[in-house]
Amino acid sequence: MIRLEDVGLRYGRGQTPVEVLHDLTFQVPEGGFRWLMGPSGAGKTSLLRLIYLAVRPSRGRLFVQGVDIGRAERRVLPRLRRRIGVVFQDFRLLPHLTAFENVALPLRIAGRPEGQIRADVTEMLRWVGLAGKLDSRPHQLSGGEQQRVAIARAVIGRPRLLLADEPTGNLDDAQAERLMQLFHELNRLGTTAIVATHNDALVARHPERALRLDHGRLVSDG
Amino acid sequence: MAKAPRGSARRQAAQDRRLRPSGFDDLGLRRAISDRLLPLLVAAMAFLAALAFAGALATATLAEHWRQGAAAELTVQVPSPTEPAQGGKGTRLDAVLAILRADAGVSNATPMSASDLGDLLRPWLGAQGDSLALPLPAVVTVQLVAAGATPPALNERLAAVAPDTAVESADVWATRLSALARSLQACAAVALMVVVAVAIAVVAVATRAGLSARREAIEIVHGLGATDSYIARSFARRAMRLAGLGGAGGAAAALPVLLWLAFLAAPFAEGGSVPTADQPLIALPLPLWIALPALPFAAAAIGFVTAEGTVRRWLRRLP
Repeated sequence: MIRLEDVGLRYGRGQTPVEVLHDLTFQVPEGGFRWLMGPSGAGKTSLLRLIYLAVRPSRGRLFVQGVDIGRAERRVLPRLRRRIGVVFQDFRLLPHLTAFENVALPLRIAGRPEGQIRADVTEMLRWVGLAGKLDSRPHQLSGGEQQRVAIARAVIGRPRLLLADEPTGNLDDAQAERLMQLFHELNRLGTTAIVATHNDALVARHPERALRLDHGRLVSDG
Repeated sequence: MAKAPRGSARRQAAQDRRLRPSGFDDLGLRRAISDRLLPLLVAAMAFLAALAFAGALATATLAEHWRQGAAAELTVQVPSPTEPAQGGKGTRLDAVLAILRADAGVSNATPMSASDLGDLLRPWLGAQGDSLALPLPAVVTVQLVAAGATPPALNERLAAVAPDTAVESADVWATRLSALARSLQACAAVALMVVVAVAIAVVAVATRAGLSARREAIEIVHGLGATDSYIARSFARRAMRLAGLGGAGGAAAALPVLLWLAFLAAPFAEGGSVPTADQPLIALPLPLWIALPALPFAAAAIGFVTAEGTVRRWLRRLP
């Protein structure tokens, strides 16, 4: 599903490029679950950006769902991205769209029929406890509600790969637990999941294999 | 299968509209690409394009009219017009006029009066020219039946009755008028191209401003798996709508101006008919009636293609 071979990532060009990831080598099999841990600035978000195809590796080889990302043509990447769900640390909701429209967006991009979209999105927003907020725009929602919209958007398309960057940061314990149950349910159904977190308590409650980064290097995978 | 009650279907349709209003604007382009400035600028371009096209058309029409007039006229100079014609009766001028008027290719041959001739010479000879008793030739203005169709062997036939008679055609003037017409048409075409280039630049700048304003939204939609076409088409549709609107406005603004100009130019055009005040629309030539309604579509096409190309180029920076 995901395989990295000596992957490095460098931002910027010219005389002062910044190398944020160094020689990463690991793999996550289909249906696997990994915590992604490490202190702030360790490179967790950069690694997730690589895997959700926001950037290409500067060196080494990265395979996502069997596609060599460094060498793949641009036109093959959109289809691949549609199979990846991402929960961003800053939510990245579109401010001019309602909660319903934000969650429906991946399905519309994928060309799903409108009738199916309506049923699925309404059900998903009900499931994350936002049944009464379908028409609310992000600025009308609390941080926790926005995060739940972002989570709903990430999982609405039943992604084969789910990436989450600090997904429980704005949730209370009960909501965080509920979210983890959702991730585990999706994982049990075959979705590969990588969840970046600082929350040691959460990791302790859900002991899974963890990738630990420090200063852009992989320090443990186990 | 049981039919759904009509009220239920209506409620469902209303819910659909609420959940996905028509013209779903996922990138927020309504705010990013101004619906005032772009149509206004395109309207100005469309207005200028209409004037440039009309200018080219008018130049071509008037130049052709003048050229036809010049090519259909000859000037015949008969020296010593009052002396007897060679081998015939009457004066040399009478003999020349008789030959010209008998020719099927000549529609009219009129000798210039002494006062008209004096008017022509006055700039060179001064006011005392009449009293100088110069041996002036008679000048005959000849209208041909068809432009450029000088009767065959006319020089020889006229010289036979009045030696040294000179026939001058207006070919030189016709050639110069053709060159002038071609130059003016080329200028109008260049003006039209400049207007189109500026319109393209205006749409491209507006699109780039929209890309800057909606960069984050584009990156989100791109990250969700949107193709370049999906994003570029959203911009292109918006630009097409606004440019089409501007084109329609420009064409509408140009119409009364062109009607007025055509009304003024009508007496100088082919036939020289003057449109009456209650029928001003007949003054506008047919090509303009075709071009004006086509302007909004041309502007819309420029908007669509320019925006799509601009966005696609910009998207290449994303992985």
